Amino acid sequence: MNWRSIWAIARKDLKEVRQNKVAWGPAIAIPLIFAILMPILFSVLPQVMPVEDIQRELGDMETLMKNLPPSIQAIFEGLKLEQMFVLYMTAFMLAPLFLIMPLMFSSVVGADSFVGERERKTMEALLYSPATDMELFLGKVLAAVIPSIALSWLTYLVYIIAVNVASYELFGRIWFPLPTWWPLMFWLTPAFALLGISATVLVSSRVKTFMEAYQLSGSLVVLVLALVLGQVSGVLFLGVGTVMILGTLIWIVDGVLIYLSIRNFKRSSLIAKL
Amino acid sequence: MNAIIEVNQLKRVFGQNRAVDGITFHVEQGEVFGLLGPNGAGKTTTVRLLNGILPPSEGTARIFGLDPATHGEDIRRRTGVLTETPALYERLSARENLEFFATLQGIPEADLSRRVDEMLEFFELASRAKDKVETFSKGMKQRLALARALIHKPPLLFLDEPTSGLDPEAAQQVNDLIANLTSANGQTVVLATHNLFEAQRLCDRVAVMNKGRILALGSLKELSRKLWHVTWVDITFHVKPSENVAGSLKALHGVIQASAEGEALAVQVENEDVIPEVIRHLVNTGESILRVNPRDYTLEDIYFALQAGEA
Ligand SMILES: Nc1ncnc2c1ncn2[C@@H]1O[C@H](COP(=O)(O)OP(=O)(O)OP(=O)(O)O)[C@@H](O)[C@H]1O
Ligand SMILES: [Mg+2]
Repeated sequence: MNWRSIWAIARKDLKEVRQNKVAWGPAIAIPLIFAILMPILFSVLPQVMPVEDIQRELGDMETLMKNLPPSIQAIFEGLKLEQMFVLYMTAFMLAPLFLIMPLMFSSVVGADSFVGERERKTMEALLYSPATDMELFLGKVLAAVIPSIALSWLTYLVYIIAVNVASYELFGRIWFPLPTWWPLMFWLTPAFALLGISATVLVSSRVKTFMEAYQLSGSLVVLVLALVLGQVSGVLFLGVGTVMILGTLIWIVDGVLIYLSIRNFKRSSLIAKL
Repeated sequence: MNAIIEVNQLKRVFGQNRAVDGITFHVEQGEVFGLLGPNGAGKTTTVRLLNGILPPSEGTARIFGLDPATHGEDIRRRTGVLTETPALYERLSARENLEFFATLQGIPEADLSRRVDEMLEFFELASRAKDKVETFSKGMKQRLALARALIHKPPLLFLDEPTSGLDPEAAQQVNDLIANLTSANGQTVVLATHNLFEAQRLCDRVAVMNKGRILALGSLKELSRKLWHVTWVDITFHVKPSENVAGSLKALHGVIQASAEGEALAVQVENEDVIPEVIRHLVNTGESILRVNPRDYTLEDIYFALQAGEA
């Protein structure tokens, strides 16, 4: 395995995709905006909204709380109602939004580098290089995965700062992130980045243009949103162990998809589609 | 002399389509070998097979003694390929394009920059090195693609339609560069083209291909000798010639057939040496000649001739 070639391919793909702002612009901008606006919104809301409304909002949570593991119950114990609301919203309900970013970004970059390369008819020169099929594949996967994980972490950082700043008056201390966010950031997020790229690579062998791949991976994001992301806040309530298990499941799905992608990614079958 | 390429009954099918249908040839060190054929002849497929980016259906190939089906990477490290389309990264600069491929070719980091500069200089692209390739003319792109193919100084160079889509001047420039490489450096080249004149100018030997098969193989001189018997010349008269002009010509040595229609006369001769004889005869018999046009062969003529010869 020649890592110099792999990095060269990854860097080249990133340089190229940087020019495709239409594609990745929204994938970065929207989460970043959310990361700043949402904490402010939810911290200000309890200060302008009557406490009774919040009470109603959180009403069924009382019963829910009783079923939660003690570690989570402990987090809510002794908090004021306003604090509970902010905590509930920022630390649990918004969490799934943060998995959209790695998923979307890596599938957009993947669409550009796997399908765009073919569409722009530059694939053939690459196939005539001495890089092995595996090196080509890894270079392209890294080009998608590394920046999407890095950008996700940047978004987390922005969010952590925004949440603590916006709610400092209410809590009087730095309270965020909660323990469940560590596996969310460092176990689930990379898994979702890999999910985005590996699904796109599979899709890429069936489509001809970047736009097709972009749209198809867009529908994939929606599908994953519906299937998995909806469950994330629930899982977060169940504690660190459960988040780890969900992450492990996604990693297993990744493994299967990557295995299938590698089998698909052969010079000989790529050239036949040029 | 040792063969750099040895191909034996190589075959590649796509479904029912026999893209390459059992070709056999070899290329020696320092030779410029042409694959001459019309669209769909199988030239590009052959280049892909020889570089191990497409596996053959049957037959064998050896490049530097290696099997492309199993040693593709080793072979590609020692070949440069100018693809049919330039296949450059349009959103990157000329320099970035070359640096990328130089890295893939394993040129050490320490030599990389110098090597890239050399190529840019040689192909007269140095002043535009930082510009994005999308701003380049077709001729510049083709020169850059050539630079990319040569950046690692490959002992074997494949050129797939190096002048297609270029205007005559740019084509001439690219052909001059190629001629330079081969005469000065003894570069071994496989040139795929449908352009007879290009082949004539650059190639030592050619394989004439059609529909995946090699119809004839040899130096162009050998081939044209084989085709001599179909040389045609069209003659136009100023005044309508006499009735028996065609008949009297047929009596001449070396004239195969002749037919007149109005002011036009078409004569088939054994070889070009006969044409002056034909003119002399016509002048002597008092005909007034306006124009004499030896017919240029198109590739089609060659294929038809070769196929007729085969049958
Ligand atoms: N990947 C492929 N899938 C199916 N058929 C193919 C493929 N590649 C080539 N062919 C077919 O194989 C035949 C030979 O094609 P090839 O591109 O080798 O010809 P060529 O001599 O390079 O022609 P051109 O002058 O048009 O470049 C054609 O009939 C073509 O349609
Ligand atoms: Mg071709």
